[in-house]
Amino acid sequence: MGKTIAEKILGAHCQQAVSANDIVVADLDYVMGQDGTSPLAIQAFREMKGQKVFDPRRVAMIIDHSAPSPLEGVSALHALMRDFAREQGFNFYDIGEGVCHQLMPEKGNVVCGDLVVGADSHTCSYGALNAFSTGVGSTDLAAAMISGKLWFKVPESFKFVLNGQLPAGVYAKDLILYLIGQVTADGATYMAAEYVGEAVRALSVEGRLTMSNMAIEMGAKAGLMEADEKTLAWVQQHSQREPRPVTSDPDAVYARVEEYEVSNLPPQVAKPHTVDNVAPITEVAGTPIQQAVIGTCTNGRLEDLRIAAQILQDRKINPQVRFIVAPASRRIMLEAIKEGVLQTLIEAGAAVVTPGCGPCVGTHNGVPSDGENVIPTANRNFKGRMGNNKAFIYLASPATVAASALAGEIADPREFIR
Amino acid sequence: MKYTARVWCFGNDVDTDAIIPARYLNTADHLELAKHCMEDADPEFPSKVQPGDILVAGKNFGCGSSREHAPICIKAAGVSCVVAQSFARIFYRNAINIGLPILECPEGIEKIQEGSTIEVDIDQGVICDLNTGKTYAATPFPAFMQQIIDQGGLIEYVREKVKPVE
Repeated sequence: MGKTIAEKILGAHCQQAVSANDIVVADLDYVMGQDGTSPLAIQAFREMKGQKVFDPRRVAMIIDHSAPSPLEGVSALHALMRDFAREQGFNFYDIGEGVCHQLMPEKGNVVCGDLVVGADSHTCSYGALNAFSTGVGSTDLAAAMISGKLWFKVPESFKFVLNGQLPAGVYAKDLILYLIGQVTADGATYMAAEYVGEAVRALSVEGRLTMSNMAIEMGAKAGLMEADEKTLAWVQQHSQREPRPVTSDPDAVYARVEEYEVSNLPPQVAKPHTVDNVAPITEVAGTPIQQAVIGTCTNGRLEDLRIAAQILQDRKINPQVRFIVAPASRRIMLEAIKEGVLQTLIEAGAAVVTPGCGPCVGTHNGVPSDGENVIPTANRNFKGRMGNNKAFIYLASPATVAASALAGEIADPREFIR
Repeated sequence: MKYTARVWCFGNDVDTDAIIPARYLNTADHLELAKHCMEDADPEFPSKVQPGDILVAGKNFGCGSSREHAPICIKAAGVSCVVAQSFARIFYRNAINIGLPILECPEGIEKIQEGSTIEVDIDQGVICDLNTGKTYAATPFPAFMQQIIDQGGLIEYVREKVKPVE
């Protein structure tokens, strides 16, 4: 019987053939924590009597959620992380380097065929690079840092076959929002999502990272893709390590397969307060907005900033809107400066903040006021997510966010694309 | 282990931002976190909950973030166990790792009324609504997870594993 990508990668990391629902202890290629989760992991590391991390070259900690620190309490947690990183000598990325899920691939820490855990739910992002990566909590992170291993239940797989070509003005973000709306917030719980088809192959690696990033929003443990020439070129450009591409066998067994034709897909928006509350743009166009945000681990990459800049070139945002831009990494910010993309956004009215999570998780950089509507390129619109439980969050693509910032209301980007 | 206590009911898709908003993750102190437990789902909850109380919820409880602060603040608020129709994957794993008893019970528990008293038998996987006399069967844990639960969480489990052989 054939194997899925998930079964093959987990099997390769415990040196045996495994099938869905087996419970295995597997060797990890890389382990990551961020500033929301690492402090508890350091506590657990001490309580477990950990001495040294298993391999400092395979451990990273990143300060991105509250960067720079907005509060004394957070500063103390950051100091704890810095001390621990110095003591252990692993890779440490301090404020301004960027958001963890951009840095892990960008710094070459992840290649095809890897098994990675991160104490952040959006760790599933690296599935776009043909790596099995998944989010865990702080205690699991501590056990993984000590032993370089973790137990896994091998997930069943859910195959999404995406046929056709996305129309102009419609992007990877619209596609993944649409899929989440179709299968709902727990439609893939405990499964590995596997995205295949011509619409996936047509996406850039950046677009693919957006799709894998949001696999968790349908409950999935991973958001996997096969490696093609684009993946390999991207990985080789960023990493010294040798990629080990993994494909699913033709007779692999799937718990569920769904096929979609995407050629007529309109831009999509996830309405408050759940990510699966998805509607086509026509249904929500005209909703007034007070804040627009481009950034986050979902859509803060150079391609996203370019799409926004193309719409905003020589235009000014609506004076009723605050427009916040958080590039996903320092490297992306520098590239956006060199290309003039950032200048275009700033001239249009953007307030640019430190590369990192930006206002996505509600710790800093733009907490909305009571009753306000926000349209970010983020991945979550839960009540209270951006720091105020009386605000309303509409998730959309960078193009829809840029168009909405111009219009002062949710707007169809197809009317603004030049 | 059996728990008998009053119930607080929540719906489907209770996310980790509702359980503990990120704006309160500026401390690792469990009791500080407990002061904001479930605040964005029910602002009164931290003042109403009594030691031993039980949470009953719908599908996909704990969806969203990997923050372990979510099960930690529920446990530190005094909640004895959580029963839900289903749990999101990371919350499920975190709850077991930190020793918060949870039971998944796909059928029927939506009929349990807030304020009722229920008995939860974790080992047998049986939930009994003492107000109506109805019982509900929970999904048993895989044996591997039961070992972690029996040790009181992953920290104890790892300590036990790495203990030098006498």
